[in-house]
Amino acid sequence: MAAVKKTIREINERIRKGEAVVVTAEEMIGIVADNGAEDAARHVDVVTTGTFSPMCSSGAFLNLGHAKPRIRASKVWLNNVPACGGIAAVDLYLGATEPTEDDPLNKVHPGEFRYGGGHVIEDLVAGRKVHVYLESYGTACYPNKVVEKDVVLADLPQAILCNPRNCYQNYNCGINLSDRTIYTYMGILRPNGGNVTFSSAGQLSPLLNDPYYRTIGLGTRIFLGGAEGYVTWYGTQHNPAVPRGENGVVRGGGGTLFVMGDLKKMSPRWLMGVSIVGYGCSLAVGIGIPIPIIDEHMARFTAVRDDDIFAPVVDYSYDYPMGTGNIVQEVSYGELRRGTVQINGRKVPAVPLSSYSRAREIAETLKTWIANGMFTLGEPQMPLPGSELFGG
Amino acid sequence: MKNTYVLHFDTTNYDKPIVYRLIRDYDLVFNILKAVILPKQESYLVMEIDGDVRQLELGLHYLQNQGVQVDPVTKNVHRNEERCTHCGACTAICPTGALAIERPSMFVRFDPDKCSACGLCVTACPPRAMEVSF
Repeated sequence: MAAVKKTIREINERIRKGEAVVVTAEEMIGIVADNGAEDAARHVDVVTTGTFSPMCSSGAFLNLGHAKPRIRASKVWLNNVPACGGIAAVDLYLGATEPTEDDPLNKVHPGEFRYGGGHVIEDLVAGRKVHVYLESYGTACYPNKVVEKDVVLADLPQAILCNPRNCYQNYNCGINLSDRTIYTYMGILRPNGGNVTFSSAGQLSPLLNDPYYRTIGLGTRIFLGGAEGYVTWYGTQHNPAVPRGENGVVRGGGGTLFVMGDLKKMSPRWLMGVSIVGYGCSLAVGIGIPIPIIDEHMARFTAVRDDDIFAPVVDYSYDYPMGTGNIVQEVSYGELRRGTVQINGRKVPAVPLSSYSRAREIAETLKTWIANGMFTLGEPQMPLPGSELFGG
Repeated sequence: MKNTYVLHFDTTNYDKPIVYRLIRDYDLVFNILKAVILPKQESYLVMEIDGDVRQLELGLHYLQNQGVQVDPVTKNVHRNEERCTHCGACTAICPTGALAIERPSMFVRFDPDKCSACGLCVTACPPRAMEVSF
C-alpha cells in the first residue's frame, strides 16, 4: 500500500489554481535524496522530462485541399520527396526517412542524404514554401491527372504529426569491432572499438522515469515538437518484456510511444530534418512528458540517476546487422555522460547523439507551462502493455 | 605566436615555390594540415604557422606580396548556431578536439583556434550545422 495517494484530477486542480509544485527529473534526484521518496511524493505534484534526438518512424498526415478540377492523387511528391498517396483523394502520409527521388543514396559511399521527408516537415513547420506534384489516372469524379503547385503549411486544411514509434525507453550503444570505419544510424563508428555512441537523455528521458508505464498511457498530454501533443497508442516494437534492473528500469530497448499532434502549432526548433551520413534521412523530434507523482513509488522512479540506468553496447559491424542478439557489455549512462567507458578494460570515448542540453530545455519549458497553469495533465484512458508488470 | 591560416593561390602562383621562404627568410615553423593543389586552378593550403610575432607579420606580408591571399582559418569555418542542437555527434570525428563537449552543461564547444578546417564535421553533423568553405 502506498502511503501517499493523489489522483491526476487532484493534481490538475492544483495546476489550475497555480498551486502545483513542478520540478524537472534532474531536480527530483536531489529532492528525493534529501527528503526521501515519501516526503517528496507529498510535496511534488509533477516531474517533467524531455528528450531531443533523431527519431525514425516519424511522419505527417497532410491533407492538401481539393484542386479544380479535382484530382484523386495516386502518386505524390513534396519537394521531390515521394509520399504515400494511397489513402484518399488528397490525403497523404509523408515519412521522415524517405529520401529525395533522385538522391544518389549510398552509390558513392557514404552517402550524404542531404534532403528527405524530415526536411520537408521542417520546411513546412518553418513556414517555407514546399512544391507539391500530384499524379493520377483520372476518374469521372476526379478527372485531373496532374496537379503542380507551391504550398505553405497555412494553406493545408489539416497537417498532423503522426509518429508510430518515438521515445524509445532505452537504447543500444553502438561500437564497431571491425577494422574499418562504419557509417550507421548510431553515427560514425571508428574501427577497432575506437568510440562508443549512445542516444538517450537517460535520467531526463520520459519512459526511464516511468519504467512500468504507471502514469503514461493513451491520452497522456505531452510536449511534442514545441506544441501540445498526445500519446495515442503504444509505439511499434513496444516490448516491455526486456530484462530490468532492481529499480525496474529496462536494460535494453523496452517501451515505445505512438504520438500525434497538430503540426501547424509546432516549431522548427523542435522538429528538425537530419541527414545521417551513410545511413539516410530522419527527423529530430523534441518530446517532453509530465509525470504525475501519484504516490511515493513515482517519486522514487522519477529520481532515477544516470548511474543507475544501464544500456547494452552492441557491435554494429556484425552483431546488430546479423541480429545475433549478442552484446559486448553493459555500461551506465553516468559513465557515458562523463565521456569515457571501460570496454574490455580499455578506455573508450563515449559520444552522444541525443542532445542532453535540448532535453533539459524541454523539461524546463514543460515545467513553466504547467507551473503557469497553461498545461494540465491528460488522464490516460488505457494503460500501455507492460503496466501490469509493476508489483508495488 | 602560433596561428592557423588558409593560403589561397590563384592560377598564376599555384605552381611557384613560395612557402619554403617562410622558413628560410623568416625563421617560421609551419605545419601543413591540408592541401588542395590542382593544375592551373585555384588552390589552397591550410597551415599552422609558428614563430616570433614580428617575423610572422613579415612572413604573411611576404605571402601577400606574392599574390597569396591569407585568411585566418576561422574565416572559412563556421557553425550555424540556429541549426546546432548540441547533440555531440561531431565530437566522434573531430580530429583536433576543436569540437568537444563541455561538462556538466553538455553543450558542444567549438574552438576555432584548434580547428584545422579538415571538414569532417560537415557531413558528420546530422542537422548540417557546420559550414566549411574555401
